[in-house]
Amino acid sequence: MPAHKLLGMALRYLLLIWIAMIFIFPIVFMVISSLKPDLQLLSDSSSLRAFLPVGDISPTNYLSAFDRAPILLFIFNSVLITGITIVFSLFLCSLAAFSFVFLSWRGQGVIFAIILATFIVPFETIAVPLLLIVNNLPWIGLEGIKNSWINSYHVQIIPFIADALTIFLFVQYFRDLPKDLIEASRIDGATWFQVYRRVIMPLSGPIIATAAILKFLMMYNNQLLWPIMVVQEESYRPVMLGLQYFFQLNTQWGEIMAYLTIITIPVLIFYLLLQKAFIASIASTGIKG
Amino acid sequence: MGQVILKSVQKKFGDLEVIPNLSLIIPKGSFTVLVGPSGCGKSTILRLIAGLEDATGGEIIIDDIDVTHLEPSKRKIAMVFQSYALYPHMTVAENIGFGLTLAKVSKKDIQKRVSEVAKILQLEKLLQRKPKQLSGGQRQRVAIGRAITRNPKVFLFDEPLSNLDASLRGQMRVELTELHAQIKATMVYVTHDQVEAMTMADQIVVLNQGVIEQVGTPMDLYDFPDSLFVARFIGSPKMNIMEGEIAEKYFCQKLGVRPEHMEISKEEGLLNGSIRHIEKLGADTLVYSEIKGYDTITARVVGNLEMKIGDTIHLRFDKKHVHRFSNGNRLNTQF
Ligand SMILES: Nc1ncnc2c1ncn2[C@@H]1O[C@H](COP(=O)(O)OP(=O)(O)OP(=O)(O)O)[C@@H](O)[C@H]1O
Ligand SMILES: [Mg+2]
Repeated sequence: MPAHKLLGMALRYLLLIWIAMIFIFPIVFMVISSLKPDLQLLSDSSSLRAFLPVGDISPTNYLSAFDRAPILLFIFNSVLITGITIVFSLFLCSLAAFSFVFLSWRGQGVIFAIILATFIVPFETIAVPLLLIVNNLPWIGLEGIKNSWINSYHVQIIPFIADALTIFLFVQYFRDLPKDLIEASRIDGATWFQVYRRVIMPLSGPIIATAAILKFLMMYNNQLLWPIMVVQEESYRPVMLGLQYFFQLNTQWGEIMAYLTIITIPVLIFYLLLQKAFIASIASTGIKG
Repeated sequence: MGQVILKSVQKKFGDLEVIPNLSLIIPKGSFTVLVGPSGCGKSTILRLIAGLEDATGGEIIIDDIDVTHLEPSKRKIAMVFQSYALYPHMTVAENIGFGLTLAKVSKKDIQKRVSEVAKILQLEKLLQRKPKQLSGGQRQRVAIGRAITRNPKVFLFDEPLSNLDASLRGQMRVELTELHAQIKATMVYVTHDQVEAMTMADQIVVLNQGVIEQVGTPMDLYDFPDSLFVARFIGSPKMNIMEGEIAEKYFCQKLGVRPEHMEISKEEGLLNGSIRHIEKLGADTLVYSEIKGYDTITARVVGNLEMKIGDTIHLRFDKKHVHRFSNGNRLNTQF
């Protein structure tokens, strides 16, 4: 390999390592700190020792974190809410994208533009009007009819199912699929829904995985403002609300780090699973790359 | 089985008029080839018959049924795409049987039909493969297999062989012709390739900007082109077209002579010049000559030729082989 290429590669690796460190250091800091008592944690934090498992290392913080909050319940709630939202979101947003790309109907362009425009509306601006709406919406559930959505799982799910980003991702991906495939399946006698289910979706593995990961991060990490507004009962709270428990009375930084470490685990599991699915689906369909 | 009639069919894309007004009968069981320059509307016509595009006007009739407003799947047609359009996530067997699966045919019957079709196209050993594990020629066969499965009345082919290399194309040409003889369905075939058009067609339709220039058997079109456009389009190398003095001698504006009717003469005659380029094809030799007063004239000579570039050459032709044109149209009057 010529010298300048070698140098180029070395530089590229340095850059990648540097970027990786930026992402990894906070996580290392979090995990290491969760193992230390508060006093040592605070004194270590001004030096490199913050990233090293030195001194008084013990799982005490984890034990007391479990005492302070019903962590497993919160994780269950978050995973449930996030999971259901993702499933419905992938289904409905991909259907919407399908109709924008493959069907033609009046007003298509305008509606797509409006959906894209919602990109720039931050959730905070619609939170209060949305609260007023869900507060008065009736719901028929297992416990009979209720006249408000407050204090439930569905109030944390339904408003987040459809979103512009997911629709947009699917639209972009669908536009790149060969049009011949759709025409061939129309001639083979497929209905539009069969085209969607039997041809388009099986070829959309990579974008399904991408959209699912993004949606997971959007949901799991951001369950804060909205749950505070609509969930008063502990039994429906997601993990991010659980964090509040550790700031009440005496703030224990070690316990906070322990809590954060625990709630990061589902994210990692989800990410690794989808990454595998992502690579597998690209390899098996061979439609891209 | 499978007569297709187009009655005053029109197609516009917005303001762009692609097919102004086209009427055509595609006889049942025929192998009809559509040819014409790029962008003349060949694919559009095929897609109109398939129902992938809606006609702006006119009627499309397949076997006495007006299909103008029917769904593609209800028209009893099948289409083979240039890109093959195989479903990448399905095996060969699933690709071939997809139409039957959608029609809720029983698993056993699908399997039976798929293996029949696989046998016709020699795909038996490949049934469990995915499309990306196949060669171009094999993919082509699967695409044809998918078309055959549902016993369509009409097959539509849009440049199906253009992605294959020359020798495979030759082989597929023979296979398709044999297939046509075997299943006797109507085939409508779009191509750019002269040889495909000449060798496979019962009927050739020459198109120019959405308008039919001429319909006929390959030899009709070759021997009696109705217009200058057809004369230039059919035949390779192209017919020599000459204007001026020589055309006036034959009482026309343009005089056409096919390269194989040009002979090399020993004495000076009407066409004299020098050789610019020689192509030795083995069985024949093509001689391109710079003729005084005319453009390059091509002559096709049987066998080899003992001449070289730059040599002086005299060409002549028999008057029974000339094609005479005025205002772009053929003159059939005596002279
Ligand atoms: N969906 C469409 N929208 C607008 N114009 C179109 C569309 N499809 C085709 N055209 C136009 O219609 C004309 C005919 O196209 P068509 O594809 O039928 O040509 P073709 O004869 O098949 O050409 P080629 O030999 O290059 O495949 C072209 O000018 C093309 O630009
Ligand atoms: Mg075309």
